[in-house]
Amino acid sequence: MTSKDPEAPPRVGLFVTCLVDLFRPTVGFAAIKLLEDAGCTVEVPLAQTCCGQPAYNSGDRKDARAIAENAISVFEDFDYVVAPSGSCAGMLKRHYPGLFSGDPDWQARAGAFAGKVHELVSFLSDIRGVRAVTARHEATVTYHDSCSGLRELGIRSQPRSLLASVEGLELVELEDADVCCGFGGTFCVKYPDISNAILDAKTGCVEASGAGTLLAGDLGCLMNMAGKLKRQRSRVEVRHVAEVLAGMTDGPPIGGR
Amino acid sequence: MRITSPAFKENARLALADPQLQQALGNVRSGFIDKRETAVDALPEFEALRDSARAIKDHALQNLDLYLEAYEAKVLASGGHVHWAETAEDARNIILGICRSAGARTVTKGKSMITEEIALNEFLEENGIRPVETDLVEYIIQLRREHPSHIIAPAVHVTQAQVEADFRRVHDHLPVARDLSEPEALLGEARRVLRSKYFEADVGITGANFLVAETGSSVIVTNEGNGDLTQILGKVHVVVASIEKIVPTLEDTAQILRVLARSATGQDMSVYTTVSTGPRRWGDPDGPAEYHVVIIDNGRSAMLGSDFQDMLRCIRCGACMNHCPVYHAVGGHAYGWVYPGPMGAVLTPSLVGVDKAGHLPNASTFCGRCESVCPMKIPLPRMMRHWREREFERALNPAAARYGLKAWAFLARRPALYQAVTATGMRLLSLLGGRKRRLSWLPLGGSWTKHREFPAPEGSTFLRQMKARARP
Repeated sequence: MTSKDPEAPPRVGLFVTCLVDLFRPTVGFAAIKLLEDAGCTVEVPLAQTCCGQPAYNSGDRKDARAIAENAISVFEDFDYVVAPSGSCAGMLKRHYPGLFSGDPDWQARAGAFAGKVHELVSFLSDIRGVRAVTARHEATVTYHDSCSGLRELGIRSQPRSLLASVEGLELVELEDADVCCGFGGTFCVKYPDISNAILDAKTGCVEASGAGTLLAGDLGCLMNMAGKLKRQRSRVEVRHVAEVLAGMTDGPPIGGR
Repeated sequence: MRITSPAFKENARLALADPQLQQALGNVRSGFIDKRETAVDALPEFEALRDSARAIKDHALQNLDLYLEAYEAKVLASGGHVHWAETAEDARNIILGICRSAGARTVTKGKSMITEEIALNEFLEENGIRPVETDLVEYIIQLRREHPSHIIAPAVHVTQAQVEADFRRVHDHLPVARDLSEPEALLGEARRVLRSKYFEADVGITGANFLVAETGSSVIVTNEGNGDLTQILGKVHVVVASIEKIVPTLEDTAQILRVLARSATGQDMSVYTTVSTGPRRWGDPDGPAEYHVVIIDNGRSAMLGSDFQDMLRCIRCGACMNHCPVYHAVGGHAYGWVYPGPMGAVLTPSLVGVDKAGHLPNASTFCGRCESVCPMKIPLPRMMRHWREREFERALNPAAARYGLKAWAFLARRPALYQAVTATGMRLLSLLGGRKRRLSWLPLGGSWTKHREFPAPEGSTFLRQMKARARP
């Protein structure tokens, strides 16, 4: 099923991630638009669920592996597997192969699969060579570097340079942009008070930036930060970076206005 | 030392509500990080040095038995004594024995985390020997009858005003009018008191940053020179070190020193790097008459060959905790034992058991900043995850979390069922979110909504919408 003709558009399987699927389908549609604009054929396999991080990071290796087997089986025939999340892409790319240590067949499949996985914005920028998008967003925005994307996949300059091409958008840097927002998956509900202290420092930096819009590439972090900003009655609007890059900002921001 | 790690959550709650602690922790959040970054940026080969340092320690750990024996032979040849301690208790008794044969009433101590680990000070006091900490900050901790909250900055949880109050309380000879408002004045006062202690002490105890197999030397780094005075002015010098401090050669030591201070304090080198090899020889201008090394296992050999072996590369620089958002929030005492922060979250369960220290590897967002700054490239988040696996296998984590996870995993393995269930759930949550697009309260979601709103889903799930589109 892999494309043989080098001129043919690459077949991309969109791993939409469970949070985008459930909470923010707009990000999924934005990802499809961005990938198609970048010359890809996009397919969304319906047999996808989650990358398995909740199990993996809770020490439940067996379930994590079973979920990984499903994801690999569903996506391994695509040319590329793209996810609008550094955290989930990091799981598929950096952690799946290790789940199958001691099982050479599955390890080989997981390794080949991992080689095809990319986070959305870095895929557009680094693999498809996209330098500019066609979108307009009249706002001062700031960008938070989500931890997994930053430290597992090296995503830092790509979203900033693509955002620079959005008409009307002014990007201001966020102080401590590379410091965790306190989400950490199940961490935020296991240790709510510590999570809140970390989050409080983050939203303080967001307010101090003067930006009207906060962007990031991971919905978990975004829901965490939006939830806090709204509790603090902040006017800052929170969106996934793909929404802005695709010009799909007509709907309400995460957590409402 | 009493372990309060099982009460981590309560410790953390108190720490978050302590305004003085929060003020003191501000220094960690800024100072250490900027200084390290400046020092690292000034050294283009820093990344290569990290790889080299890691390789040295990996090699030493893979041949630990050989290097320890070679080290022992060299110490003996230089006229020193080597004592092997399997447990903390063994180590305490050996050290007490050495102190007693020296007739010691007072011992001076250089800063050492391993002596914290074996709770040496309390033990010596119980046995009528007075330990005096000579590192300024350890001295402050001792005055306060506390334990270090950071492995290189033990009193980072204390404000300067608190130190001044402690000095006035304990140094009762101080005139009220004496100005102690500047750090230099506090340092001068501590130095004046400590100088006499060096001459009163019969035994000087130090830790070791390195044990060098090639020469039988121990190496310590300090910024105050107190370690030098501790080890040369007493009649007896006792080096206390754990087995993984061994490195093959002095050249290896120099390699690792290049990453140590830069990662710790942002210095190129610590002010003093002190090498000691055996007792005073004929013609030496100074030095102890007796030289002892107490080499401690205390659970480390069980880490060799396990998922946790990489932790034994740790050189105790503190960079991981300096960059940890959880440490920044709660400080070191909340971790409940000797070693805080990410390195403590891996090491403490190894040394005291995951049944007692299970919170520590869980209290991490896995942000990965610790691993990214670790000079020895220790995969700290990965090893914390290994501890979570051990807990899960032994069903040590809360039952509600386990059942919730199992139910979710059951669904996640069955895409059709998963989509049916989630589509209904999201539809409902979306309705509950109303026009505000958020919820202030959520059934079973109190941990989330205690501090933040819960953003409502848009409505129909993405996969539902894609499925509908796929139908002609």
